Amino acid sequence: MNAPDTIAPGANPFAETGNIRRKIRNERIAQSIFALMVVCILIPLALILGYLVYQGHSLISWEFLTTNPIGGMRKGGIWSALLGTLWLVGVSLAVAAPIGVFAAVYINEYARDNWFTRIVNLAVVNLAGVPSIVHALFGLGAFVLAAGIGRSILAASLTLAVMTLPVIIASTKEALASVPMQFREACWNVGATRWQTIWRVVLPNSISGILTGVILQVSRAAGETAPIMFTGAVFYRRIAEGDLFAYNITDQCMALSMHLFTVSTQVTGAPEALPYAVALVLLGCVLLVNATAISFRVWLRSHKKW
Amino acid sequence: MSVPKKIEVTDLRTSYGAKEVHHGISFHIEPNEIFAIIGPAQSGKTTLLRAINRTFEFTVGSRMSGTIKVDGEDVKRVKSVYDLRRKIGMVAPLPVGLPLTIYENVAFAPRSSGINDRKFLDAHVEKCLRQSALWDEVKDRLDSLGTKLSGGQQQRLTIARALSHQPEILCLDEFSIAIDPVTTMRIEDVLKELKKEMTIILVTNLVQQARRLAARTMFLWNGEIIELDTNEVMFSDQAKDKRTRDYVNGIFG
Repeated sequence: MNAPDTIAPGANPFAETGNIRRKIRNERIAQSIFALMVVCILIPLALILGYLVYQGHSLISWEFLTTNPIGGMRKGGIWSALLGTLWLVGVSLAVAAPIGVFAAVYINEYARDNWFTRIVNLAVVNLAGVPSIVHALFGLGAFVLAAGIGRSILAASLTLAVMTLPVIIASTKEALASVPMQFREACWNVGATRWQTIWRVVLPNSISGILTGVILQVSRAAGETAPIMFTGAVFYRRIAEGDLFAYNITDQCMALSMHLFTVSTQVTGAPEALPYAVALVLLGCVLLVNATAISFRVWLRSHKKW
Repeated sequence: MSVPKKIEVTDLRTSYGAKEVHHGISFHIEPNEIFAIIGPAQSGKTTLLRAINRTFEFTVGSRMSGTIKVDGEDVKRVKSVYDLRRKIGMVAPLPVGLPLTIYENVAFAPRSSGINDRKFLDAHVEKCLRQSALWDEVKDRLDSLGTKLSGGQQQRLTIARALSHQPEILCLDEFSIAIDPVTTMRIEDVLKELKKEMTIILVTNLVQQARRLAARTMFLWNGEIIELDTNEVMFSDQAKDKRTRDYVNGIFG
């Protein structure tokens, strides 16, 4: 199959050889495999979304979103669960995002490379892999019992924050590390402090990566059930309709993920569309957050043109 | 004591991990002179500059012994390392346009020292850009990104930034490798002017550039000073070391 070393007189020296045909075939095979994998991830995504919309759309309405569940959760809306999820995610984000981002800045920009930093890095990576049910137990022990906060939005949010922190730290570190070292050295050379360098050059160039990491964790926090079940979520609770501050931070709350579990397994005689509608709202919340973050990033880019 | 030395290096040894870069070198640099350092790659020219402004210590596993004195003050014992670095303008071999506007690239250093007076900054930015022979090309687009300039323009922007904190010592690390010969000559003219105001350390691979500009030249090879003398000696047959004569005549290196 190899190309001949000598070219026969009169033959076209650029004629296709077996080698070239094989190279083109391999290129096609590689491309097809990668494309196939993209299809493989798109199919379940489309099926899930399509099925949810098909099954659940009949129940979705403004009233569904803004009224409390009634009749043993068989009728009414999901207001208290929706608001509960918003509160849980909001409070946990307010705690986890600053702590995680600042800690990552310290680890990446200030800390020297020594055994201590390496242990911290190792701990962060390993913590990111701890199952959420373990975080739930930790939250129950640390916040609800030991700290005496009791089962509440605060305890549940703190648990979610602890769960999301390692991943926020890891992704922020990754984003910071992608800023070229020469930028920092150029700043140090003119006598800028580390903080001036971080604030003026490093953060503006990594903000979009940092945001992506944080936002992914918002989605994760919104969907988790185990940690909040242990620490502050309840099956049922009525709250004032239409009031965004109907929950107090020390209250227990309902949450969409748990409500989904309840209406699909614990309640008999609920309309068949109900679990799908709840799932659809949960998905909608996550997508809404993601969309907000993406548009914020686009806005940032258009203003700073990095 | 005669005239105080601008920079005085005594028995400097530096190393990255197990690899020693400088094997104990000593020399001094006079105020307001252009001091050239020539030598092949890996001979420790860049590390020497990094040791002077103490950015050397940012590299993991770096160690240094001996003393470097700037204006008679040991760089390891200075009160504020930021003041030390502000005193030394540094131009890297490859241009680093910060991802800021052209204006902010030059205004970065004054701003870092807390200067925010717009009038002063405007005048200052113009002065530095003129000195680095870039003003005419960018004066109408100071608000566009520095990283969008061409390589040679970015290098001149880097020089403007190095001048922007009014350094007393200007270190140029092979500044001309990304610039065309005509611009290089323009900047060399600027350097001759700047010599009146500051001390210039010129690390260069172009032996002829050292010959054109410097008063004295140091030939550094594998972390040792092969020869250090005035240019009349270095670039003539009087050079004591055969390696120096061979290097400046292009026989090796």
